[in-house]
Amino acid sequence: MKATTTADPGAHPVAKTDGGASLRRWWTSESNEFAGRNLGLLGVLVVLVIIGAVTRPDLYGDPEWVRNNVFTILQQASAIGVVTVGMTFVIIGGGIDLSVGAIMALAGVWATTLATQSYGPGGMIFTAIVVGIGAGLVNGLLVSYGRLVPFIATLAMMVAARGLAASISGKQTQISQSAVINDIATTKILGVPLLIVILALVVAAGWVLLNRTTFGRRTIAVGGNPEAARLAGINVRVQTLLLYGLSGLCCGIGAIMLTAQANSAQAAMANLYELDAIAAAIIGGTLLSGGRGTIIGALFGVLVFSTITNLFAINGLSTESQNMIKGGIIVAAVLIQQFRFGSLTKLFSRTAKP
Amino acid sequence: MIQDNSRRRLLFGGAVLGAGALLTACTSNEAGPTTAQTKGPEGDNANAAAGKAVTIGFSAPAADHGWMAAITNNAKAQAGAYPDVTFTSVEAGADAAAQRAALDTLISQKPDAIVMLPHDGKELTASGLKAMQAGIPVINLDRSFTQALAYRVMIKGDNYGMGVSAGNFVVAQMKAKGVTNPVIGEIAGIDSLELTQERSQGFKDALATAGFTVANRRAAEFTVDSGQREATNLLQALPKMDALWNHDDDQGIGVLAAIKQANRTEFIMIGGAGSKAAIESIQKDDTVLKATVTYSPSMASSAISLARLVAQGRGLSDLVELSVPKDITLSSETITKENAANYLQLGF
Repeated sequence: MKATTTADPGAHPVAKTDGGASLRRWWTSESNEFAGRNLGLLGVLVVLVIIGAVTRPDLYGDPEWVRNNVFTILQQASAIGVVTVGMTFVIIGGGIDLSVGAIMALAGVWATTLATQSYGPGGMIFTAIVVGIGAGLVNGLLVSYGRLVPFIATLAMMVAARGLAASISGKQTQISQSAVINDIATTKILGVPLLIVILALVVAAGWVLLNRTTFGRRTIAVGGNPEAARLAGINVRVQTLLLYGLSGLCCGIGAIMLTAQANSAQAAMANLYELDAIAAAIIGGTLLSGGRGTIIGALFGVLVFSTITNLFAINGLSTESQNMIKGGIIVAAVLIQQFRFGSLTKLFSRTAKP
Repeated sequence: MIQDNSRRRLLFGGAVLGAGALLTACTSNEAGPTTAQTKGPEGDNANAAAGKAVTIGFSAPAADHGWMAAITNNAKAQAGAYPDVTFTSVEAGADAAAQRAALDTLISQKPDAIVMLPHDGKELTASGLKAMQAGIPVINLDRSFTQALAYRVMIKGDNYGMGVSAGNFVVAQMKAKGVTNPVIGEIAGIDSLELTQERSQGFKDALATAGFTVANRRAAEFTVDSGQREATNLLQALPKMDALWNHDDDQGIGVLAAIKQANRTEFIMIGGAGSKAAIESIQKDDTVLKATVTYSPSMASSAISLARLVAQGRGLSDLVELSVPKDITLSSETITKENAANYLQLGF
C-alpha cells in the first residue's frame, strides 16, 4: 500500500547503471505511475499554452502580458484549488463531498453579515473557518456515526447549507466593506499574488499531511480497505469524521478567498464547485472508490480547467463549446489513466526484440 | 485522571457552546430591506380616489436574488398603500408545478384580481386561463403567457430594449470621444435563458447602427463570483478596451471587483437592471461604471395598481379609454450621473 501512494519520483532515484532499462523500470514501476500521470497532465497544460500562443500571438508576444496571464490563471484556480485539496482527502478516504460549494456559500455569507463585519476582518475569517469546519463535521458525523451513505449525507448538506445561506442573507448580495479582506485579492508578496501563496501553502500542507504523516497513511488505509484498517487498529469513524472536517476547513479558507475576489458573498455563489473539485481530483489520478490519489495531480487537474477557461476567453469562444471540451477532457483523462504506461513500454520492448 | 478528563470535556463543551452562541449572534443583518418602490394614492389624480374594496391575489417564485426579492416586497408595499385593497399572497414554491398548485388554492378563494409572475410563462398559461375562465382577471407580470386569452393585462420589462439602450449609450459616448473603431466587451448573464439572448441581440443591433461590433462576450451566471471570474478573463483577452456592458448589476459587484484588481481604468462600463449600489456608484462617479440600463422591479408595484383599477372597473385617468390597456412594455431607461438622483428611489 505504501508503495502505491508515493507521488514523488525523487524518492526513487533511478539507478545510474544501465540507463535505458532502469528508465523503463522507472516508468513501469507501480510507484511511479502517479509521476507518469502528472507528467501527462503537465503535457496537457503545455499543449493548452501552445494553442493559446498560436491562436493569439499578439498577446503571447508580450512577456509582461504572459506573466500577468499566468498569475490570472493561478488566481482563478486558487479558491477551487484549496477546496479540491480537501475533496481529494475525502475521496482518498473512501467518501465524497457534494456540499463543498454550498458550504463555501454558507461560510462566505455568514462571514459577511453586518454583525460579523462589525468584528473586523479577524472576526470574518474566524467565522468563515469555524462555519466551514462545523458544516464539515456535521457531514462527518452523519457519515461515520449516522451511517449515512456519503453521497446522501453531503447531498442533504448541499441543499440545507444553500437554504441556510439564503435565509441568513435574505437572498441579497452582501458586500464586504472590509478593506483587509478585499485586499487579499490584490496583495502581492515578493511579486506573487497572495491568493497564489495561500494556494501553494494549502497544497504543500496537504501534500505533507497525505504523504508524510500517520494521518495520511490512515486516510489511505481507511479508503482502500476499511475492514482491514479497522482490524489494524485504526479508528475508522474518527478518521472519517476528521476528513470531512478537513474538507470543511478548506471550504472556509476558499470562502474567504472567493469573498475577497468578488468583494461580496451571496447564497448562490460557488455554484457547482463540488463538480469541478471532484472532476479535478479524478483527472489528477485520485481513485473515486478511495485508497489512492495525489494532491499534486489534483492541483494539475484544477490548473487544466482554469487554463481552458482562460484559453476560451482570450479567443472569444462561447461557453457552450468550453463546457463540451471540459467534458471531453474529463473522459480523456480517465481513459488515459486506465491505459497503463507499463504495457506501452512492454509493447516497445517486444517489438524491439523480435 | 477521570476528573481531569471530565473537566477537559466540560471546558471543551463550554468552548463549543460559546463559539456557537457567538456565531449565531453573527447572523443578524440589521440594515433591513431597502425601501420599496411605491406610489401612494395622492393628489387629485382621479385614479387615486378610493373605489370599491377589492382583494388582489399575488404569486411570484421564491426570491433567489435581489431582483426577485424586490418584486415581492414592492407588490406587498404597493397594496399596503391603498386603503381599498386587501392583499393575499401565496407562496409559489420551488417550481412551476408547485406554483400551479398554489394558484389553484388562490383561484378557489375568488379574489377580484390575480397578479402573477410565473416560474415559466409557457408552463403556467393553463393556470392563467383557468383563472380567467373563473371570472378573475389576471395581471401577467414580466414573463409572458403564450395565449392572449390567459391574461387581462400584461406588464413586462423590455430585455431587447435594455440591450438597445446600452448599445445606444456606448455609441453616443464613443462618438463624443471620437473613437471610430472601439473595442467593446460584453458580460452576459446565464446564457441558456431567452432573456439573455434578447439582451445581447438588442446590444448587437444598436451597436451595428454605428458599425460597431462586440469584440469579446463572456457569459456569467448572475452571481458575484462568476462575474468576477468572467470579467478577469475578459480583461486578459482585451488588454485595451473602450466600453464594456455587463447585463446585471448584482453580478456587476464581482465585475467591478475584477476591474479594480486588474487596475484597469481606460474604458467605460454600463450596468444593467439598476440596483441601488450601482446607481449610487454612478452618482459618485468614482469607478468605470458610468451608466446602467433599467429593468426595474418597480413593475410589481405598477402591476398591483393596474390590478386594482381592473378589479374596480376603472381605466387609467390620463388615457381616453375607459379601461386599462392590455399590454404594457416598460421602456428601459438609461441612468447616468446627470439623472441618477431621480432614480435612486427606484434602485433595489
